[in-house]
Amino acid sequence: MSTLDLATPPREHGRLYWLLADCANIVRRGLTHYQRQPVNIAWQLGFPILSVLLYGYVFGSAMTVPGGGDYKDFLMPGMFTMTMAFGFINTATLVVHDSTKGVIDRFRSMPMTSSAVVAGRGVTDLVVACAELTILMLTALAMGWRPDGGWGFLAAFGLLLWLRFALIWLGVWLGLLVPNPEAAGGLFAVAFPLTMISSIFVAPQLMPDWLGWVAAWNPISSTAAAARDLFGTPVGGGDSWVEQHALLMSCTWPLALTLLFLPLAVRRFQRLSK
Amino acid sequence: MGDGHAVRAEGLVKRYGGKHALDGFDLAVREGTVHGLLGPNGAGKTTAVRILSTLIRPDGGRAEVAGLDVTRQAREVRARIGLTGQYAAVDEVLTGRQNLEMFGRLFHLGGRRARSRAVELLARFDLTDAGDRGVGKYSGGMRRRLDLAASMILAPSVLFLDEPTTGLDPRSRGEVWDSVRALVASGTTVLLTTQYLEEADKLASRITVLDQGRAIADDTPDGLKNLVGGDRIEVVAAERAGIPRAVEAVARVCDGAPEVDEEALRVHAPVTDRVRALTEVARALQDGGVAVEDIGLRRPSLDDVFLRLTGHGTEATGTGPAASPSEEKEAVPA
Repeated sequence: MSTLDLATPPREHGRLYWLLADCANIVRRGLTHYQRQPVNIAWQLGFPILSVLLYGYVFGSAMTVPGGGDYKDFLMPGMFTMTMAFGFINTATLVVHDSTKGVIDRFRSMPMTSSAVVAGRGVTDLVVACAELTILMLTALAMGWRPDGGWGFLAAFGLLLWLRFALIWLGVWLGLLVPNPEAAGGLFAVAFPLTMISSIFVAPQLMPDWLGWVAAWNPISSTAAAARDLFGTPVGGGDSWVEQHALLMSCTWPLALTLLFLPLAVRRFQRLSK
Repeated sequence: MGDGHAVRAEGLVKRYGGKHALDGFDLAVREGTVHGLLGPNGAGKTTAVRILSTLIRPDGGRAEVAGLDVTRQAREVRARIGLTGQYAAVDEVLTGRQNLEMFGRLFHLGGRRARSRAVELLARFDLTDAGDRGVGKYSGGMRRRLDLAASMILAPSVLFLDEPTTGLDPRSRGEVWDSVRALVASGTTVLLTTQYLEEADKLASRITVLDQGRAIADDTPDGLKNLVGGDRIEVVAAERAGIPRAVEAVARVCDGAPEVDEEALRVHAPVTDRVRALTEVARALQDGGVAVEDIGLRRPSLDDVFLRLTGHGTEATGTGPAASPSEEKEAVPA
């Protein structure tokens, strides 16, 4: 019935080779999704771009940055950070879709490396995050945002991806936890206030004391502040310890999130065979 | 596998919380056959398939597929099985061709072989024309055929079909059945779970009936039907007054006493010589001037088998008025 020799699939490679090869194929699948539905990227970027336009043009003139400086220099890095932070919803939605539709079960019933399913999801999301950041930065440049180039710029880019990386595991964990894609959509309602109480749009000093304290300690505030520094536009920084050590905290927070959610995600994935 | 069995399970146990999804489940499937796994919702069919296809680990008992232990040799088992679930577990965004190529690469065929295998399978499942369309635009039957094709990439020795036609219209169901028959003709062993008795009857050469986590019967479809008794003659009277005459006519040809359903005006009884019984009853009723709505011979359906074995119909969830399991087990030939 077959013109191919299917009796002996090639097995001469080691486990690591197949982990990487399987992972690459899962990434290829994820990217093909975007190629077939490019409008999805537009949906994901719709909110940040709309926010940039609203805050940059509509509210922008009414916004002040403590200590002076251009509000655009404050807003844009915050917007990049927010997009990375919201990314976990995207991860969760894609994972819950695959698990409820039975695609993950099919992968698990095949002789592939099953951890490649999760690893491939993570790599895909990082590649997409690079594309999103590039589009957002071009939009920001068109609106008059002028960062310093060079190593600082690359370091800021890396820090933003580091935050996205950490939140992939939160997304995978939630994706395997929630019962259906609709529930994953509801995550946005939770994520939205969490990103607002931060230094994304408004400097924490301008908030009531207790709220400013919460906003300053919000992990995404550290990433936003560190990115502003690295872009060469250090505006709106505060005096508190956490704001003074933004670079340190922007490395530490995602590490802590990874250490928390990576094991949870892995355990949840392993529990699928229980 | 030396003993000619493609699937063998002994005393499988699986608990969820305090509840036993499987409670000492045994199964033996001969190579190159379609074996039906039949049971009401919640009987444990899906749990059994998920264990045999290495998706979940049993809490007790052991199982072999293609001669390999499903827990200790899961990876080897996976290279020899195909799984088609209740959901069409294919990627809805990708095209049919992209799906098959992706699964081919993940089966470690390599890019070139994955591409040519996709072409072959699209042709074999009559999807060549739809190959470059997104699966989201496929009909239910096409999607299920693609799902089958994806299960066939490595030409598996055992194929698990978990309710493959649930939710399909009759025409699509027929298409899937044709595909399954073709697979078996090419040497694949199929374990089919279904709620459709007609489906098991049409496809399977042997059927295991599952209820409350245990196999309560294992026989050929005809063997199961014989358990309930053979053919029956059935007369539906046009009016209540005709019932005594109908009973009289049926009693003369049947084995044992006729049963009467007063509500439906129906008289029925088991018979051995089918044609003689039918003609004699028809003549007796005509001679006696009894008005008859319907008269005929009926072979027991698997629905009857089910009702008899489990004490509840196929739609029940396992909490119905179940007959005593020990009593029913004795009715099953070893």
